Amino acid sequence: MNRDELKQAIVQTLATIAPEIEADALKADAPLREQVDLDSADWLNFLVALHARVGVDIPDAHAARLTTLAKLVDYCARKLGV
Amino acid sequence: MIEFRLPSLGADMDEGKLLQWLVKPGDKVKKGEVVCVVDTAKAALDVECWNDGIVHALLVEPGTTIPVGTLLAVLREPGEAPAAVDARLAQLTAEGPKPAATAPVAAPVAAAAVTQPAAAGRRRVSPAARKRAAELGIDIDRVAPGADGTVSLEDVERAARAAPAPAPGAAPAAAPVAPAARAAQMRKVIAAAMARSKREIPHYYLAEDVPLAAATQWLARRNAERSVTERLLLAPLLLKAVASALRRYPEFNGYWRDGAFEPGAGIHIGVAISLRAGGLVTPALHDVDRVDVDAVNRALLDLTRRARAGSLKLAELTDATITVTSLGDQGVASVWGVIFPPQVAIVGFGRVVERPWVVDGAVRPMPIVTATLSADHRASDGHRGALLLAAIRDRLQAPDELVKGNE
Repeated sequence: MNRDELKQAIVQTLATIAPEIEADALKADAPLREQVDLDSADWLNFLVALHARVGVDIPDAHAARLTTLAKLVDYCARKLGV
Repeated sequence: MIEFRLPSLGADMDEGKLLQWLVKPGDKVKKGEVVCVVDTAKAALDVECWNDGIVHALLVEPGTTIPVGTLLAVLREPGEAPAAVDARLAQLTAEGPKPAATAPVAAPVAAAAVTQPAAAGRRRVSPAARKRAAELGIDIDRVAPGADGTVSLEDVERAARAAPAPAPGAAPAAAPVAPAARAAQMRKVIAAAMARSKREIPHYYLAEDVPLAAATQWLARRNAERSVTERLLLAPLLLKAVASALRRYPEFNGYWRDGAFEPGAGIHIGVAISLRAGGLVTPALHDVDRVDVDAVNRALLDLTRRARAGSLKLAELTDATITVTSLGDQGVASVWGVIFPPQVAIVGFGRVVERPWVVDGAVRPMPIVTATLSADHRASDGHRGALLLAAIRDRLQAPDELVKGNE
């Protein structure tokens, strides 16, 4: 999986939690939970789905810092070595 | 003979539209099994049958709008002869105000059910999948289900990619309401329920600032070594505290009906979940006092997911004995809820904020959540309400005890 595919996978996972999102309209550097209107249960559902999809288990202490799509992609890319 | 009727759909919803039958005559049905999908102003709901039996006849066709209480189907009890059920059914429909719902009418429905592709067997279709299929003009019966036999949203999307041209032929499932129309309908239902609440219920309001150091530290310790799949949210701890306090002060858990308080049969907490398309649903978490915090966490995540996907069960939307709203998640400091009739109370939690707090004569930073109670003054008084909030506060200071399930 390369970086673009990883980003694609993250956005698709987000779409399973929030089917109403328009993937193209997502801003990579703006706060994700505000853009997509995710509450804390949605956010955890997203992290669980992401773990199943790309195999990255994000610890609680790290998850709070991953506020944007760009940060999420960076974090997962580092963990996966891509 | 078992009569399967359209159950109550909750406050201010007195009719629904039958979207689809998931069973056909001759099928065995187990207690609690979902047998049909009914569209309401709020969502397409899976409707369960609460008896064991064998489906004898389906009496209403998909696409029909029917009032609550309508006879939808009849089932044979185990060992009951079909002829006996026919006779009872004929008698029943002869007495009934609607002669249209006779056995002959059931025949075409039964026939339609039987003509479904044999390979489909007893498959399930999620409401989200059905909705998407309708949008895409895909015959849902031609979509191959996933490994678990359920046709999911993904299966529909896959089918759409494989066959971009709309499949011809009439689908046996009626199309659910379009999103815009649903939003308008939901607005009407919420308007009716909330106007009734403010017209009929004399609300009183109380608030208490609850220190959360013990609860948040407990949560951080618990989550530190856990995989994301086992992680706990704060909300289940708050819900457990409410449930535990309600055991002590049961006059806040139940309904005001016909001029008297009727205690709830269990502590079923409706959690307010706002929908992005507009409106909200308040599906119930069952027996929150009895189950442990991990079970509440799982149930909450599952309810949230299904509320978003439009796949809630009817019982979940009608069972709540009290409501909890956590608008703090969206960033407000406190929320003063409007009671959902015929319930008698709603508890609100605001955002968790660090504030200066005096402990043993010294000021130190403390995570605080403002807990509020809106309660029906016909059913309780402010003094008892204050005790309820104080109990919620105190329970949250002892998380080790709080998180357990209690018989």
